[in-house]
Amino acid sequence: MGSFHLTKMSFKNLVKKPATKMYPVVAPTYTKMTKGHIACDIKTCILCGICEKRCPTYAITVNKPDETWTINRFACIQCYSCVRACPKTCLDMKPDYTKAATEMSTVTIKKPELTAEEKAAKEAAEKEKAERIAKAKAAKDAKDTKAT
Amino acid sequence: MGNKTVIPFGPQHPVLPEPLHLDLVIEDEKVLEAIPQIGFVHRGLEKLVSKKDYMQFVLVAERICGICAFGHSLGYSETIEALMKIEVPKRAEYLRVIWHELSRIHSHMLWLGLLADAFGYENLFMQCWRLREVVLDIFEETTGGRVILTACNVGGVEQDIENSELKGIVERLDKMIVEYKQLLKVFLKDRSVKSRLVGVGYISKEDAFKAACVGPFGRASGLEEDIRMFGFGAYGDLADFKLITSNDGDGYARSEVRALEIIQSVDIIKELVDKIPDGPYNQKIKGTPEAGSYAVSRLEQPRGECYYFAKGNGTKFLERFRIRTPTSQNVAGMVQTLQGCDLADVPLNVLTIDPCISCTER
Ligand code: SF4
Ligand code: SF4
Repeated sequence: MGSFHLTKMSFKNLVKKPATKMYPVVAPTYTKMTKGHIACDIKTCILCGICEKRCPTYAITVNKPDETWTINRFACIQCYSCVRACPKTCLDMKPDYTKAATEMSTVTIKKPELTAEEKAAKEAAEKEKAERIAKAKAAKDAKDTKAT
Repeated sequence: MGNKTVIPFGPQHPVLPEPLHLDLVIEDEKVLEAIPQIGFVHRGLEKLVSKKDYMQFVLVAERICGICAFGHSLGYSETIEALMKIEVPKRAEYLRVIWHELSRIHSHMLWLGLLADAFGYENLFMQCWRLREVVLDIFEETTGGRVILTACNVGGVEQDIENSELKGIVERLDKMIVEYKQLLKVFLKDRSVKSRLVGVGYISKEDAFKAACVGPFGRASGLEEDIRMFGFGAYGDLADFKLITSNDGDGYARSEVRALEIIQSVDIIKELVDKIPDGPYNQKIKGTPEAGSYAVSRLEQPRGECYYFAKGNGTKFLERFRIRTPTSQNVAGMVQTLQGCDLADVPLNVLTIDPCISCTER
Protein backbone atom coordinates (compact mmCIF):
# COMPACT_ATOMS: atom_id res chain seq x y z
CA MET A 1 0.00 0.00 0.00
CA GLY A 2 1.10 3.52 -0.57
CA SER A 3 0.57 6.64 -2.61
CA PHE A 4 2.60 9.21 -4.50
CA HIS A 5 4.39 6.62 -6.63
CA LEU A 6 4.26 8.83 -9.67
CA THR A 7 5.76 11.92 -8.01
CA LYS A 8 9.29 11.19 -9.26
CA MET A 9 8.08 10.68 -12.81
CA SER A 10 5.93 13.81 -12.66
CA PHE A 11 8.88 15.97 -11.53
CA LYS A 12 11.02 14.51 -14.31
CA ASN A 13 8.34 15.33 -16.85
CA LEU A 14 8.20 18.90 -15.56
CA VAL A 15 11.81 19.58 -16.51
CA LYS A 16 11.92 17.45 -19.67
CA LYS A 17 11.09 18.93 -23.03
CA PRO A 18 7.58 18.23 -24.28
CA ALA A 19 6.86 14.81 -25.81
CA THR A 20 4.68 16.36 -28.50
CA LYS A 21 5.58 18.74 -31.31
CA MET A 22 4.06 22.08 -32.25
CA TYR A 23 2.76 20.95 -35.63
CA PRO A 24 2.60 22.63 -38.19
CA VAL A 25 5.25 25.10 -36.93
CA VAL A 26 7.62 22.20 -36.35
CA ALA A 27 7.73 19.86 -39.32
CA PRO A 28 6.97 16.20 -38.57
CA THR A 29 9.79 13.70 -38.87
CA TYR A 30 9.31 10.55 -40.89
CA THR A 31 11.29 7.36 -40.79
CA LYS A 32 12.82 5.85 -43.90
CA MET A 33 10.08 3.22 -43.93
CA THR A 34 7.05 5.45 -43.32
CA LYS A 35 4.29 4.73 -45.80
CA GLY A 36 3.50 8.22 -46.98
CA HIS A 37 2.38 8.26 -50.58
CA ILE A 38 2.96 6.47 -53.87
CA ALA A 39 5.09 8.26 -56.42
CA CYS A 40 5.33 7.20 -60.06
CA ASP A 41 8.33 7.83 -62.24
CA ILE A 42 6.31 8.26 -65.40
CA LYS A 43 9.38 8.38 -67.67
CA THR A 44 10.18 4.70 -67.07
CA CYS A 45 6.55 3.60 -66.82
CA ILE A 46 5.44 1.52 -69.82
CA LEU A 47 1.71 1.88 -68.98
CA CYS A 48 1.30 -1.88 -68.74
CA GLY A 49 -1.53 -1.62 -66.21
CA ILE A 50 -0.26 -4.32 -63.84
CA CYS A 51 -0.39 -1.92 -60.90
CA GLU A 52 -4.02 -1.17 -61.72
CA LYS A 53 -4.86 -4.88 -61.67
CA ARG A 54 -3.06 -5.55 -58.41
CA CYS A 55 -4.40 -2.63 -56.41
CA PRO A 56 -6.93 -4.01 -53.89
CA THR A 57 -8.78 -0.71 -53.59
CA TYR A 58 -8.86 0.16 -57.31
CA ALA A 59 -6.98 3.37 -56.58
CA ILE A 60 -4.88 3.36 -59.77
CA THR A 61 -6.14 3.88 -63.32
CA VAL A 62 -3.81 3.50 -66.27
CA ASN A 63 -4.94 4.93 -69.59
CA LYS A 64 -2.75 3.69 -72.39
CA PRO A 65 -4.21 5.69 -75.35
CA ASP A 66 -3.94 8.95 -73.39
CA GLU A 67 -0.62 7.91 -71.83
CA THR A 68 -1.74 8.85 -68.32
CA TRP A 69 -1.32 7.26 -64.92
CA THR A 70 -3.89 8.30 -62.31
CA ILE A 71 -4.05 7.65 -58.59
CA ASN A 72 -6.82 8.36 -56.15
CA ARG A 73 -4.83 9.06 -53.01
CA PHE A 74 -7.96 8.93 -50.85
CA ALA A 75 -8.55 5.32 -51.84
CA CYS A 76 -4.95 4.18 -51.52
CA ILE A 77 -4.26 2.19 -48.36
CA GLN A 78 -0.46 2.18 -48.74
CA CYS A 79 -0.27 -1.57 -49.06
CA TYR A 80 2.79 -1.79 -51.32
CA SER A 81 1.08 -4.24 -53.72
CA CYS A 82 1.62 -1.98 -56.74
CA VAL A 83 5.21 -1.19 -55.80
CA ARG A 84 6.02 -4.89 -55.67
CA ALA A 85 4.14 -5.74 -58.84
CA CYS A 86 5.54 -3.05 -61.14
CA PRO A 87 7.85 -4.72 -63.69
CA LYS A 88 9.78 -1.50 -64.33
CA THR A 89 10.18 -0.60 -60.61
CA CYS A 90 9.00 2.89 -61.39
CA LEU A 91 6.63 3.06 -58.40
CA ASP A 92 8.00 4.06 -55.04
CA MET A 93 6.63 4.66 -51.54
CA LYS A 94 7.69 8.10 -50.35
CA PRO A 95 7.84 8.70 -46.59
CA ASP A 96 5.93 11.99 -46.42
CA TYR A 97 2.16 12.17 -46.26
CA THR A 98 0.16 14.16 -48.76
CA LYS A 99 -1.63 17.27 -47.53
CA ALA A 100 -5.14 17.11 -46.16
CA ALA A 101 -7.74 18.42 -48.56
CA THR A 102 -11.34 19.56 -48.46
CA GLU A 103 -12.28 17.71 -51.61
CA MET A 104 -11.63 14.22 -52.91
CA SER A 105 -9.41 14.49 -55.92
CA THR A 106 -7.16 12.33 -58.05
CA VAL A 107 -3.66 12.96 -59.27
CA THR A 108 -3.01 12.35 -62.95
CA ILE A 109 0.45 12.13 -64.42
CA LYS A 110 0.86 12.30 -68.19
CA LYS A 111 3.77 10.87 -70.05
CA PRO A 112 5.84 13.88 -71.18
CA GLU A 113 6.12 14.72 -74.88
CA LEU A 114 9.29 13.27 -76.30
CA THR A 115 12.00 15.66 -77.45
CA ALA A 116 13.22 15.44 -81.05
CA GLU A 117 16.27 13.43 -80.00
CA GLU A 118 14.25 10.99 -77.92
CA LYS A 119 11.79 10.59 -80.76
CA ALA A 120 14.60 9.81 -83.18
CA ALA A 121 16.12 7.34 -80.72
CA LYS A 122 12.76 5.66 -80.25
CA GLU A 123 12.17 5.41 -83.97
CA ALA A 124 15.61 4.00 -84.51
CA ALA A 125 15.02 1.43 -81.79
CA GLU A 126 11.70 0.44 -83.31
CA LYS A 127 13.24 0.19 -86.77
CA GLU A 128 16.02 -1.98 -85.45
CA LYS A 129 13.52 -4.22 -83.71
CA ALA A 130 11.44 -4.57 -86.89
CA GLU A 131 14.57 -5.45 -88.85
CA ARG A 132 15.58 -8.01 -86.26
CA ILE A 133 12.16 -9.63 -86.41
CA ALA A 134 12.18 -9.65 -90.23
CA LYS A 135 15.64 -11.22 -90.23
CA ALA A 136 14.60 -13.92 -87.78
CA LYS A 137 11.49 -14.62 -89.83
CA ALA A 138 13.47 -14.89 -93.04
CA ALA A 139 15.92 -17.27 -91.39
CA LYS A 140 13.05 -19.39 -90.11
CA ASP A 141 11.39 -19.49 -93.54
CA ALA A 142 14.63 -20.53 -95.16
CA LYS A 143 15.03 -23.30 -92.61
CA ASP A 144 11.47 -24.48 -93.17
CA THR A 145 11.85 -24.63 -96.97
CA LYS A 146 15.13 -26.52 -96.54
CA ALA A 147 13.44 -29.09 -94.33
CA THR A 148 10.67 -29.67 -96.83
CA MET B 1 -36.79 -2.45 -1.50
CA GLY B 2 -36.90 -0.37 -4.63
CA ASN B 3 -38.47 -1.15 -7.96
CA LYS B 4 -36.64 -2.79 -10.80
CA THR B 5 -35.46 -0.34 -13.44
CA VAL B 6 -33.83 -1.01 -16.77
CA ILE B 7 -31.02 1.34 -17.74
CA PRO B 8 -29.68 1.26 -21.28
CA PHE B 9 -25.88 1.51 -21.25
CA GLY B 10 -23.96 2.16 -24.46
CA PRO B 11 -23.28 1.74 -27.36
CA GLN B 12 -22.11 5.33 -27.00
CA HIS B 13 -20.83 5.97 -23.54
CA PRO B 14 -17.85 8.08 -22.42
CA VAL B 15 -16.13 5.16 -20.75
CA LEU B 16 -16.69 2.57 -23.46
CA PRO B 17 -13.88 2.24 -25.97
CA GLU B 18 -16.09 0.04 -28.13
CA PRO B 19 -19.76 0.02 -29.16
CA LEU B 20 -21.34 -2.46 -26.77
CA HIS B 21 -24.90 -2.12 -25.57
CA LEU B 22 -26.06 -3.41 -22.19
CA ASP B 23 -29.54 -3.41 -20.74
CA LEU B 24 -28.90 -3.18 -17.01
CA VAL B 25 -31.70 -4.35 -14.73
CA ILE B 26 -31.15 -2.30 -11.60
CA GLU B 27 -32.57 -2.44 -8.11
CA ASP B 28 -31.22 -0.07 -5.47
CA GLU B 29 -28.06 0.72 -7.40
CA LYS B 30 -27.31 -3.00 -7.67
CA VAL B 31 -27.24 -4.69 -11.02
CA LEU B 32 -29.51 -7.73 -11.04
CA GLU B 33 -28.98 -8.68 -14.62
CA ALA B 34 -27.12 -7.43 -17.65
CA ILE B 35 -28.29 -8.26 -21.16
CA PRO B 36 -25.61 -7.58 -23.76
CA GLN B 37 -26.27 -6.68 -27.36
CA ILE B 38 -23.76 -6.29 -30.14
CA GLY B 39 -24.05 -5.68 -33.88
CA PHE B 40 -23.41 -1.98 -34.26
CA VAL B 41 -20.20 -2.16 -36.27
CA HIS B 42 -20.67 -5.27 -38.39
CA ARG B 43 -18.79 -4.88 -41.67
CA GLY B 44 -19.08 -8.31 -43.27
CA LEU B 45 -15.36 -8.79 -43.63
CA GLU B 46 -15.49 -12.60 -43.68
CA LYS B 47 -17.68 -12.47 -46.77
CA LEU B 48 -15.03 -10.47 -48.56
CA VAL B 49 -13.06 -13.68 -49.23
CA SER B 50 -15.25 -14.04 -52.30
CA LYS B 51 -14.05 -10.67 -53.62
CA LYS B 52 -10.38 -10.57 -52.64
CA ASP B 53 -8.03 -13.40 -53.50
CA TYR B 54 -6.24 -15.28 -50.74
CA MET B 55 -3.10 -13.15 -51.02
CA GLN B 56 -5.02 -9.87 -50.95
CA PHE B 57 -7.27 -10.93 -48.09
CA VAL B 58 -4.42 -10.60 -45.63
CA LEU B 59 -4.88 -6.83 -46.01
CA VAL B 60 -8.55 -7.20 -45.06
CA ALA B 61 -7.75 -9.57 -42.18
CA GLU B 62 -5.43 -6.96 -40.78
CA ARG B 63 -8.20 -4.41 -40.72
CA ILE B 64 -10.49 -6.56 -38.59
CA CYS B 65 -9.11 -4.91 -35.49
CA GLY B 66 -7.09 -1.77 -34.99
CA ILE B 67 -5.23 -3.01 -31.94
CA CYS B 68 -4.37 -6.62 -32.73
CA ALA B 69 -3.99 -5.85 -36.45
CA PHE B 70 -0.73 -7.73 -36.79
CA GLY B 71 -2.15 -10.69 -34.89
CA HIS B 72 -5.01 -11.11 -37.34
CA SER B 73 -2.73 -10.97 -40.37
CA LEU B 74 -0.53 -13.55 -38.65
CA GLY B 75 -3.44 -15.81 -37.77
CA TYR B 76 -4.82 -15.62 -41.31
CA SER B 77 -1.42 -16.31 -42.89
CA GLU B 78 -0.84 -19.30 -40.62
CA THR B 79 -4.21 -20.73 -41.56
CA ILE B 80 -3.57 -20.37 -45.29
CA GLU B 81 -0.11 -21.87 -44.85
CA ALA B 82 -1.68 -24.87 -43.13
CA LEU B 83 -4.26 -25.06 -45.92
CA MET B 84 -1.64 -25.04 -48.68
CA LYS B 85 1.03 -26.92 -46.69
CA ILE B 86 3.58 -24.12 -46.99
CA GLU B 87 6.65 -24.17 -44.81
CA VAL B 88 7.63 -20.76 -43.50
CA PRO B 89 11.32 -19.79 -43.27
CA LYS B 90 12.64 -19.85 -39.71
CA ARG B 91 13.68 -16.22 -39.73
CA ALA B 92 10.19 -15.16 -40.77
CA GLU B 93 8.70 -17.14 -37.88
CA TYR B 94 10.94 -15.34 -35.42
CA LEU B 95 10.19 -11.92 -36.88
CA ARG B 96 6.47 -12.66 -36.77
CA VAL B 97 6.61 -13.53 -33.08
CA ILE B 98 8.71 -10.45 -32.33
CA TRP B 99 6.14 -8.19 -33.99
CA HIS B 100 3.30 -10.08 -32.38
CA GLU B 101 4.78 -9.69 -28.91
CA LEU B 102 5.39 -6.00 -29.58
CA SER B 103 1.69 -5.77 -30.47
CA ARG B 104 0.85 -7.42 -27.18
CA ILE B 105 2.92 -4.84 -25.31
CA HIS B 106 1.19 -2.00 -27.14
CA SER B 107 -2.25 -3.51 -26.64
CA HIS B 108 -1.76 -4.08 -22.90
CA MET B 109 -0.28 -0.60 -22.44
CA LEU B 110 -3.27 0.87 -24.21
CA TRP B 111 -5.59 -1.12 -21.98
CA LEU B 112 -3.76 -0.13 -18.78
CA GLY B 113 -4.08 3.48 -19.88
CA LEU B 114 -7.81 3.09 -20.52
CA LEU B 115 -8.21 1.41 -17.15
CA ALA B 116 -6.43 4.30 -15.43
CA ASP B 117 -8.69 6.68 -17.32
CA ALA B 118 -11.78 4.71 -16.26
CA PHE B 119 -11.00 5.08 -12.59
CA GLY B 120 -10.07 8.70 -13.08
CA TYR B 121 -6.28 8.64 -12.84
CA GLU B 122 -5.46 10.92 -15.78
CA ASN B 123 -1.75 11.16 -15.07
CA LEU B 124 -1.31 7.41 -15.09
CA PHE B 125 -3.29 7.20 -18.31
CA MET B 126 -0.94 9.66 -20.01
CA GLN B 127 2.19 7.91 -18.79
CA CYS B 128 0.97 4.53 -20.08
CA TRP B 129 0.25 5.96 -23.50
CA ARG B 130 3.55 7.83 -23.54
CA LEU B 131 5.43 4.56 -23.03
CA ARG B 132 3.27 2.90 -25.66
CA GLU B 133 4.66 5.40 -28.17
CA VAL B 134 8.03 3.64 -27.91
CA VAL B 135 6.48 0.49 -29.39
CA LEU B 136 4.57 2.43 -32.05
CA ASP B 137 7.81 4.16 -33.08
CA ILE B 138 9.50 0.77 -33.39
CA PHE B 139 6.62 -0.36 -35.62
CA GLU B 140 6.97 2.70 -37.81
CA GLU B 141 10.71 2.26 -38.19
CA THR B 142 10.54 -1.44 -38.99
CA THR B 143 7.41 -1.67 -41.12
CA GLY B 144 6.35 1.85 -42.08
CA GLY B 145 2.99 1.73 -40.31
CA ARG B 146 2.10 2.52 -36.73
CA VAL B 147 -1.07 0.46 -36.39
CA ILE B 148 -1.70 -1.33 -39.67
CA LEU B 149 1.70 -2.84 -40.31
CA THR B 150 1.24 -4.85 -43.53
CA ALA B 151 4.28 -6.79 -42.39
CA CYS B 152 2.97 -10.35 -42.50
CA ASN B 153 2.01 -12.19 -45.62
CA VAL B 154 1.26 -15.76 -46.63
CA GLY B 155 4.63 -17.51 -46.79
CA GLY B 156 6.66 -15.17 -44.66
CA VAL B 157 7.05 -11.52 -43.79
CA GLU B 158 7.27 -8.51 -46.06
CA GLN B 159 10.29 -6.83 -44.52
CA ASP B 160 13.36 -8.02 -42.75
CA ILE B 161 14.77 -6.36 -39.65
CA GLU B 162 18.56 -6.17 -39.60
CA ASN B 163 20.21 -7.92 -36.66
CA SER B 164 21.78 -4.63 -35.52
CA GLU B 165 18.35 -2.98 -35.60
CA LEU B 166 16.92 -5.82 -33.52
CA LYS B 167 19.61 -5.18 -30.89
CA GLY B 168 18.64 -1.49 -30.93
CA ILE B 169 15.01 -2.43 -30.38
CA VAL B 170 15.91 -4.54 -27.37
CA GLU B 171 17.91 -1.65 -25.89
CA ARG B 172 14.95 0.69 -26.31
CA LEU B 173 12.58 -1.81 -24.74
CA ASP B 174 14.97 -2.22 -21.82
CA LYS B 175 14.91 1.52 -21.24
CA MET B 176 11.14 1.55 -21.51
CA ILE B 177 10.77 -1.26 -19.01
CA VAL B 178 12.74 0.68 -16.38
CA GLU B 179 10.16 3.45 -16.60
CA TYR B 180 7.32 0.97 -16.91
CA LYS B 181 8.26 -0.65 -13.61
CA GLN B 182 7.48 2.64 -11.88
CA LEU B 183 3.98 2.54 -13.38
CA LEU B 184 3.70 -1.10 -12.39
CA LYS B 185 4.19 -0.07 -8.78
CA VAL B 186 1.24 2.28 -9.08
CA PHE B 187 -1.01 -0.36 -10.63
CA LEU B 188 -0.11 -3.02 -8.09
CA LYS B 189 0.55 -1.07 -4.89
CA ASP B 190 -1.24 2.29 -4.99
CA ARG B 191 -3.96 2.56 -2.39
CA SER B 192 -6.43 4.47 -4.54
CA VAL B 193 -6.00 2.07 -7.44
CA LYS B 194 -6.50 -0.93 -5.18
CA SER B 195 -9.62 0.56 -3.64
CA ARG B 196 -11.16 0.72 -7.13
CA LEU B 197 -10.11 -2.74 -8.28
CA VAL B 198 -9.77 -5.26 -5.47
CA GLY B 199 -12.84 -7.46 -5.22
CA VAL B 200 -14.60 -5.74 -8.12
CA GLY B 201 -16.14 -8.00 -10.77
CA TYR B 202 -15.22 -11.32 -9.20
CA ILE B 203 -15.62 -14.50 -11.20
CA SER B 204 -14.58 -17.88 -9.82
CA LYS B 205 -12.42 -20.41 -11.63
CA GLU B 206 -15.37 -22.79 -12.14
CA ASP B 207 -17.59 -20.06 -13.55
CA ALA B 208 -14.80 -18.80 -15.79
CA PHE B 209 -14.29 -22.35 -17.05
CA LYS B 210 -17.99 -22.88 -17.67
CA ALA B 211 -18.27 -19.57 -19.52
CA ALA B 212 -15.18 -20.58 -21.56
CA CYS B 213 -13.27 -17.41 -20.71
CA VAL B 214 -9.99 -16.99 -22.52
CA GLY B 215 -6.90 -14.84 -22.36
CA PRO B 216 -5.87 -12.66 -19.43
CA PHE B 217 -9.51 -12.63 -18.27
CA GLY B 218 -9.51 -16.41 -17.84
CA ARG B 219 -5.96 -16.51 -16.51
CA ALA B 220 -6.85 -13.96 -13.82
CA SER B 221 -9.40 -16.50 -12.54
CA GLY B 222 -6.83 -19.26 -12.47
CA LEU B 223 -7.50 -20.94 -15.84
CA GLU B 224 -4.20 -22.22 -17.14
CA GLU B 225 -4.49 -21.71 -20.83
CA ASP B 226 -2.44 -19.76 -23.27
CA ILE B 227 -1.87 -20.88 -26.86
CA ARG B 228 1.72 -19.72 -26.62
CA MET B 229 2.55 -22.58 -24.27
CA PHE B 230 1.89 -25.14 -27.03
CA GLY B 231 4.93 -23.80 -28.84
CA PHE B 232 3.59 -23.06 -32.31
CA GLY B 233 6.05 -21.25 -34.58
CA ALA B 234 8.98 -19.58 -32.89
CA TYR B 235 7.34 -20.00 -29.46
CA GLY B 236 8.55 -23.58 -29.59
CA ASP B 237 12.15 -22.41 -29.44
CA LEU B 238 11.73 -20.55 -26.16
CA ALA B 239 13.73 -22.12 -23.35
CA ASP B 240 10.89 -21.68 -20.92
CA PHE B 241 7.39 -20.30 -20.99
CA LYS B 242 5.71 -19.64 -17.68
CA LEU B 243 2.04 -18.85 -17.56
CA ILE B 244 1.08 -15.73 -15.68
CA THR B 245 -2.03 -16.51 -13.69
CA SER B 246 -3.80 -15.34 -10.58
CA ASN B 247 -6.46 -16.92 -8.42
CA ASP B 248 -8.19 -13.76 -7.29
CA GLY B 249 -10.52 -13.45 -10.27
CA ASP B 250 -11.25 -9.76 -9.70
CA GLY B 251 -10.41 -6.57 -11.57
CA TYR B 252 -7.15 -6.22 -9.71
CA ALA B 253 -6.04 -9.71 -10.78
CA ARG B 254 -6.85 -8.93 -14.40
CA SER B 255 -4.80 -5.77 -14.40
CA GLU B 256 -1.99 -7.61 -12.62
CA VAL B 257 -1.92 -10.41 -15.22
CA ARG B 258 -1.84 -7.96 -18.10
CA ALA B 259 0.70 -5.70 -16.44
CA LEU B 260 3.07 -8.62 -15.83
CA GLU B 261 2.57 -9.97 -19.35
CA ILE B 262 4.20 -6.83 -20.72
CA ILE B 263 7.42 -7.73 -18.90
CA GLN B 264 7.09 -11.33 -20.09
CA SER B 265 6.68 -10.18 -23.69
CA VAL B 266 9.84 -8.10 -23.48
CA ASP B 267 11.68 -11.17 -22.17
CA ILE B 268 10.37 -13.27 -25.07
CA ILE B 269 11.51 -10.65 -27.58
CA LYS B 270 14.95 -10.53 -25.97
CA GLU B 271 15.36 -14.28 -26.11
CA LEU B 272 14.23 -14.50 -29.74
CA VAL B 273 16.53 -11.66 -30.79
CA ASP B 274 19.44 -13.60 -29.28
CA LYS B 275 18.47 -16.78 -31.11
CA ILE B 276 17.21 -15.47 -34.46
CA PRO B 277 18.73 -17.42 -37.36
CA ASP B 278 19.90 -15.83 -40.61
CA GLY B 279 18.35 -16.78 -43.89
CA PRO B 280 15.44 -15.97 -46.15
CA TYR B 281 12.37 -14.31 -44.71
CA ASN B 282 9.96 -14.62 -47.61
CA GLN B 283 9.15 -16.91 -50.50
CA LYS B 284 7.14 -16.87 -53.65
CA ILE B 285 3.76 -18.56 -53.31
CA LYS B 286 2.39 -20.52 -56.23
CA GLY B 287 -0.84 -22.39 -56.65
CA THR B 288 -4.20 -22.12 -55.00
CA PRO B 289 -5.83 -23.88 -52.04
CA GLU B 290 -7.22 -27.26 -53.12
CA ALA B 291 -10.94 -27.76 -53.49
CA GLY B 292 -12.48 -29.16 -50.32
CA SER B 293 -9.35 -28.68 -48.22
CA TYR B 294 -9.74 -26.91 -44.93
CA ALA B 295 -7.51 -25.80 -42.10
CA VAL B 296 -7.80 -24.33 -38.65
CA SER B 297 -5.29 -22.48 -36.55
CA ARG B 298 -5.18 -20.89 -33.15
CA LEU B 299 -3.30 -17.89 -31.94
CA GLU B 300 -2.94 -16.15 -28.61
CA GLN B 301 -4.00 -12.61 -29.25
CA PRO B 302 -3.54 -9.93 -26.57
CA ARG B 303 -7.16 -10.57 -25.54
CA GLY B 304 -6.98 -14.35 -25.63
CA GLU B 305 -7.32 -17.33 -27.89
CA CYS B 306 -8.40 -16.56 -31.42
CA TYR B 307 -9.52 -19.33 -33.74
CA TYR B 308 -9.31 -19.25 -37.53
CA PHE B 309 -10.94 -21.51 -40.08
CA ALA B 310 -10.44 -21.47 -43.85
CA LYS B 311 -11.78 -23.66 -46.62
CA GLY B 312 -10.47 -23.74 -50.17
CA ASN B 313 -12.37 -24.38 -53.39
CA GLY B 314 -9.61 -24.78 -55.95
CA THR B 315 -9.65 -21.17 -57.09
CA LYS B 316 -7.67 -18.25 -55.76
CA PHE B 317 -10.71 -17.21 -53.73
CA LEU B 318 -11.47 -19.03 -50.50
CA GLU B 319 -14.76 -20.85 -50.10
CA ARG B 320 -15.16 -19.80 -46.50
CA PHE B 321 -13.18 -17.99 -43.84
CA ARG B 322 -14.21 -17.68 -40.26
CA ILE B 323 -12.78 -16.20 -37.09
CA ARG B 324 -13.83 -16.72 -33.50
CA THR B 325 -12.43 -13.84 -31.53
CA PRO B 326 -11.53 -13.80 -27.84
CA THR B 327 -14.11 -11.16 -26.92
CA SER B 328 -17.00 -13.24 -28.21
CA GLN B 329 -15.85 -15.87 -25.69
CA ASN B 330 -15.44 -13.40 -22.87
CA VAL B 331 -18.79 -11.62 -23.14
CA ALA B 332 -20.51 -14.47 -21.27
CA GLY B 333 -18.02 -14.17 -18.42
CA MET B 334 -18.41 -10.41 -18.40
CA VAL B 335 -22.17 -10.70 -17.96
CA GLN B 336 -21.57 -12.90 -14.91
CA THR B 337 -19.18 -10.39 -13.35
CA LEU B 338 -21.84 -7.71 -13.78
CA GLN B 339 -24.50 -9.60 -11.84
CA GLY B 340 -24.68 -8.20 -8.34
CA CYS B 341 -22.17 -5.41 -8.83
CA ASP B 342 -22.73 -1.72 -8.10
CA LEU B 343 -23.91 0.49 -10.92
CA ALA B 344 -20.78 2.62 -10.51
CA ASP B 345 -18.58 -0.41 -11.13
CA VAL B 346 -20.22 -1.39 -14.41
CA PRO B 347 -17.89 0.63 -16.67
CA LEU B 348 -14.86 -0.74 -14.88
CA ASN B 349 -16.12 -4.31 -15.12
CA VAL B 350 -16.80 -4.00 -18.80
CA LEU B 351 -13.35 -2.58 -19.30
CA THR B 352 -11.48 -5.22 -17.34
CA ILE B 353 -12.31 -7.93 -19.88
CA ASP B 354 -10.65 -5.66 -22.49
CA PRO B 355 -13.55 -5.90 -24.93
CA CYS B 356 -12.83 -5.59 -28.62
CA ILE B 357 -16.25 -5.41 -30.20
CA SER B 358 -15.16 -4.51 -33.71
CA CYS B 359 -13.13 -7.77 -33.80
CA THR B 360 -16.13 -9.67 -32.53
CA GLU B 361 -18.49 -8.33 -35.15
CA ARG B 362 -16.02 -8.12 -38.04
S1 SF4 C 1 3.01 -1.48 -63.24
FE1 SF4 C 1 4.64 0.06 -63.38
S2 SF4 C 1 5.11 0.16 -65.55
FE2 SF4 C 1 3.14 -0.88 -65.40
S3 SF4 C 1 1.63 0.80 -65.58
FE3 SF4 C 1 2.00 0.52 -63.39
S4 SF4 C 1 3.61 1.98 -62.93
FE4 SF4 C 1 3.61 1.75 -65.14
S1 SF4 D 1 -0.22 1.09 -52.30
FE1 SF4 D 1 -1.84 -0.48 -52.48
S2 SF4 D 1 -3.74 0.70 -52.35
FE2 SF4 D 1 -2.12 2.18 -52.79
S3 SF4 D 1 -2.14 2.37 -54.99
FE3 SF4 D 1 -0.61 0.80 -54.50
S4 SF4 D 1 -1.74 -1.14 -54.60
FE4 SF4 D 1 -3.27 0.51 -54.53
